[in-house]
Amino acid sequence: MTLALSGKDIAKQIEKKFPGGVVESAAESLLVEAESLLEIAAYLKNTPGLDFDYLTAVSGVDYLDCFEVVYQLTSLEHNHSLVLKTRCYQRDNPTLPSVVGLWRAADFQEREICDLFGISFTGHPNLKRIFLWEGFEGHPLRKDFL
Amino acid sequence: MATTAKTKEIVVNTEPFVVNFGPLHPSTHGVFRMKITLDGEVIVDMEPVFGYLHRGIEKLGEERTYTQVIPLTDRLDYLASMSNNLAYCLAVEKLAGIAVPERAEYLRVIMAELQRIASHLIAVGSFLTDCGAFLTPVVYMIRERERILDLFDMVCGQRLTYNYMRVGGVSQDIPQEFMPALAKFLKEMPGWIDEYERLLKENEILLARSKGVGILPRDLAINIAASGPVLRGSGVKWDIRKADPYSIYDRFEFDIPVGTAGDCYDRYRVRVEEMRQSLRILRQAIKDLPRGEVRSEVPHLIRPPAGEAYGHIEAPKGDLGFYLVSDGSIAPYRFHVRAPTLINLTALADMIRGWKIADTIIIFGSIDICMGEVDR
Repeated sequence: MTLALSGKDIAKQIEKKFPGGVVESAAESLLVEAESLLEIAAYLKNTPGLDFDYLTAVSGVDYLDCFEVVYQLTSLEHNHSLVLKTRCYQRDNPTLPSVVGLWRAADFQEREICDLFGISFTGHPNLKRIFLWEGFEGHPLRKDFL
Repeated sequence: MATTAKTKEIVVNTEPFVVNFGPLHPSTHGVFRMKITLDGEVIVDMEPVFGYLHRGIEKLGEERTYTQVIPLTDRLDYLASMSNNLAYCLAVEKLAGIAVPERAEYLRVIMAELQRIASHLIAVGSFLTDCGAFLTPVVYMIRERERILDLFDMVCGQRLTYNYMRVGGVSQDIPQEFMPALAKFLKEMPGWIDEYERLLKENEILLARSKGVGILPRDLAINIAASGPVLRGSGVKWDIRKADPYSIYDRFEFDIPVGTAGDCYDRYRVRVEEMRQSLRILRQAIKDLPRGEVRSEVPHLIRPPAGEAYGHIEAPKGDLGFYLVSDGSIAPYRFHVRAPTLINLTALADMIRGWKIADTIIIFGSIDICMGEVDR
């Protein structure tokens, strides 16, 4: 069984390294500041004992007051998982750092979120619409689209 | 008259040449387009173009009740609808905390494993067609898949979009004629697999075209989060049925076949071996199948408590996940599909670089994609 690591335990570890990086920690997930997302993600990937080498899924959610991006992380070596989240409070030009440099698995998934939610990921090598055509107006999965 | 022989240095410059491959081409297995940049005959770069089958299923899901979403999941990977049903129902059950009766769990496993065989038959058959074994193998494999479709027809009246599973169980119990037909299938299928193996396993043409071609190194496979036979072909022993057992998979004995080289041949081998392992699971499941209810008491309109859940299974094509967010209403607030085939395509450009267009078709075929799932 894949052991779901508690966000609270991981938060304690991270707080020492990156003070102020963690916004909220719960038993199931860990919410981090967008500015420290890359550092924390790199820490989670490269720290022995954590070794989150496998980014299973990246999902975007529109909560109207903010966009949330959810990273399902897994470690194939230790067979444990963690749900990492980050938020973006802008609606006009939401921006988040891209994690493609760490996990290339995020490549198409970030493009998908960019296409359907309009969040741009800085540092993504080829950020353009993936399912809809260039010139399509709006981002369909936003709650105010329809 | 003596002429001074001058040797003139000839400089040949080649310019990159762009070939549009697809979207409508038999070997793109749907509507997929590749913008291939060639240097002479050799591929230097490729850009995949998606979206020709984008139907906005995730948006549609947000407008429907939890039960009404099940037919939408049929239309994701339409070659493995049962697996999609199962993954979605597991995610909703996790979100709403719904238990499933024992008999339904067994029926789900039986359907999911039959579906895996059906999907792999198409994957292997069309892969061999791509290799140049034109039509004969795929017709053999469609012949066997037909038997599985007949079984599914018995349980739900459908042959492609089954809509069989429900939150809290399955829609109806199996009819009387199902078990004898399944037993007959289980008796005959190993012989058919042996037949394919005799014809193909050591076929010189197949070996020449697929061995060492389109190698996906182990580290890259993990980094791009490849899953299913693509990941296992690269030598990573990772199967959700074992690593994170769902339903009742922890009760069955089976092995995880893995490749060594990560080439097209290994991916093909993994699929054939997985069919045998699925037969093993099926034999154990029909032996232990208990009597009883097939569906727990679930209200018609499911209102899961506000929250989120991620449920995933080992679908035939890889790690199929559903991320659901509930706001306490009758429809999912967010319905996201982790499509294994979309993510498996991430490394396609790396796998075909340095090969020729003829190899591209084989490499692409060995990933086994379904555009319904890629584009959603």
